[in-house]
Amino acid sequence: MIKLTSRKVEPLSKITIDKSISRLTENKQLPLPLRSEQILLIKEKLNGFPHGFKSYFIFEDSEPNIEGIDNCFKVDNEMNYLAEGDIIKFEPHSRSLRTIYRRNSNYNSLLVTERCNSYCLMCSQPPKNRDDSYIVNELLEAIPLMSRQTVELGITGGEPTLLGDDLIRIINCIKNNLPFTSIHVLTNGRNLSDLEYTKKIAKINHPDIMFGIPLYSDISNLHDYVVQADGAYDETIKGIINLKRLGQKIEIRVVLHKQTYLRLPQLAEFIVRNLLFVDHVALMGLEMMGFTKPNLSVLWIDPTEYQYELVEAVNILSSFKMNVSIYNHQLCLLDPKLYRFNRKSISDWKNEYMPVCDKCVKKNECGGFFSSARFKYSDKINPFLHS
Amino acid sequence: MFVVTLRCEHSCPYCQVSRQSDDRIAYDMSTETADRAIDFTFRGPSRYIKIEFQGGEPLLNFDLVEYIVWKAEERNNVEGRNLQFVIATNLALVNDEILKFCQEHDIYISTSLDGPRELHNMNRPRPGKNSYELTIEGINRVRSALGPDKISALMTTTSRSLTLAKEIIDEYIKQNFNSIFLRPLSPYGFAIKTKAFYSYQTDEWLDFYKTGLDYIIDINKKGCFFMEQYASIVLNKMLSPLGNTYVDLQSPSGIGINCIVFNYDGDVYASDESRMLNEMGDKSFRIGSLHSDTYEDIMLSDSLLDPIEQSIVESAPMCSDCGFMPYCGSDPVYHYATQGDYLGNKALSGFCKKNMFMFRYLISLMEEDRETRDIFRRWIRI
Repeated sequence: MIKLTSRKVEPLSKITIDKSISRLTENKQLPLPLRSEQILLIKEKLNGFPHGFKSYFIFEDSEPNIEGIDNCFKVDNEMNYLAEGDIIKFEPHSRSLRTIYRRNSNYNSLLVTERCNSYCLMCSQPPKNRDDSYIVNELLEAIPLMSRQTVELGITGGEPTLLGDDLIRIINCIKNNLPFTSIHVLTNGRNLSDLEYTKKIAKINHPDIMFGIPLYSDISNLHDYVVQADGAYDETIKGIINLKRLGQKIEIRVVLHKQTYLRLPQLAEFIVRNLLFVDHVALMGLEMMGFTKPNLSVLWIDPTEYQYELVEAVNILSSFKMNVSIYNHQLCLLDPKLYRFNRKSISDWKNEYMPVCDKCVKKNECGGFFSSARFKYSDKINPFLHS
Repeated sequence: MFVVTLRCEHSCPYCQVSRQSDDRIAYDMSTETADRAIDFTFRGPSRYIKIEFQGGEPLLNFDLVEYIVWKAEERNNVEGRNLQFVIATNLALVNDEILKFCQEHDIYISTSLDGPRELHNMNRPRPGKNSYELTIEGINRVRSALGPDKISALMTTTSRSLTLAKEIIDEYIKQNFNSIFLRPLSPYGFAIKTKAFYSYQTDEWLDFYKTGLDYIIDINKKGCFFMEQYASIVLNKMLSPLGNTYVDLQSPSGIGINCIVFNYDGDVYASDESRMLNEMGDKSFRIGSLHSDTYEDIMLSDSLLDPIEQSIVESAPMCSDCGFMPYCGSDPVYHYATQGDYLGNKALSGFCKKNMFMFRYLISLMEEDRETRDIFRRWIRI
């Protein structure tokens, strides 16, 4: 797991800059006019010091001579992954650094708010009820700095639609600055039950945007229990229908745990009967983050114990030619009939394997674990010793 | 459907409409009629248009097929509809030039295959008694020129077919088709004149269908995907939210609004069955002529709107109380042909009997056997 925030930042010279969103570069020969907006990463020994950059991040062993140079900071090696084209938020006086975007990653996700209108039992990013609208302006500043070769950007929260028109500003900003980048929005869809708002989103006319919406049951009160919000189910269903009515792409996301696995086949029946138009169904393993830990007793079930339901559900969905994927599962826990639906889905920065996996011959085909699985994972993990 | 000629070199006894003639003037569609038919087609509001070339044998008037394809494509440059072409042909006359044209214009081929050689050749006589051989050769030529997805085959059931369900299905499998449409013989045209229709009853056909479907399910259980198309249409209605374009399983019926037939002489019919009825001397479903009536005259004519209105199952006596209503539809042309009434008394209706049987049988198969249920699920959304 890599760290996306760090406080191990030590000023080495006078600070003359204020907090800002900045692009990082490793190019010491950057033309002078471009230097004042970018922070130079210094990871190795230099021949002569390149002047004129906004700031300098100096990593271990590079030991440059910084005499007379302002805004030099020693940055801990835990942030050594930072590289050309990455974007950070840097607060020099409070010595805090946060990675917003990594150019070399396929898993860049923008957290647009921490507020939420649901309170899911297994929320990995527990909501905070405070005004965080400053995030929007930070992102509007960061997006134009991102690489135009970015393949995909995620939009996540909290609940992004709580931003109202600001979410539309963010999507428009991505569309204008990164015209070749696809967008994946994680939303509970409840606010999309408002057709007028959904129309505004559709009107952006983004060429490649998909909405990932969780649906946990064919029965409304079971779904409402999982998301801890009365009436959420009806709003989510209405949101899904509104989105498709306006031609938007939709992914249904089902997190598998003790409260959802039993009616998985019925949920699959419900989807093929009523929501056959959705573009993708993702059946997802549990992440040991946020609320999952305190709620573990009502959530945990070993994946090997829900294989019957999972096979049934996948059979129903795939018989109806729906595009179905299994996320966040270790290959050795899955019924072999499910292998072809399994995807390596865990974002690179929090994807790991256990020591026992070292001898597994199928490690390359396996999606592995969330870093948080160290807290709890199946005791049925059983490496493949022969291919 | 564009009937580009009534002429045909086959003389199938069950055929309702074809003529054995070389008289091109009497039985071929003219370019003027074709122009009017294209205009009429694009007056319709549908975003999806499928032009099917029918006959007779349309390849006997292939110049006109080419003319219509060019004209319709030209028109569609402005209209921007989703436009598709199909030629319904016995393939006896197919040649490289025709296939090249089909390749260039993305044209689909629909042909007739009634079963094994002996049955097919008995059902479909032509000079040389080689309809089967020509059809199989044609299918293979189309596949190698246009790819496997561009060709489909339809079978017609005759009294001779009734004991041969498995052999007919085996023939389809042998020819590399992955589905078959086990069709009942319709009560129109020459079929009725030759008494072929009354030579077997709905019950006999249902036995035939049941034998065939059981056999097909067994084939699937042995690991080979093969589908019965009528069951697939019904299962789509039962298990999914999808609509279908099958005229007889809609409410109201799709006649005139889902399909429309332009005959060689410019007469307009509400469905293919309607023109067959016309051949029997009953003009009830002739809804106008391209040469003397406007689009509005035809689409708003009583001869179209009356049967459509009476085909709404939600308000039809007996249908409105039927538990199978959501899966069913209505066929005013069939009921008119058999009972002289668009609506028909459903207690005496072969259409009702057939569909009731199908619904019951499909549901009981799914309830009794999980494996069959799983197989049926794979017949959805094909």
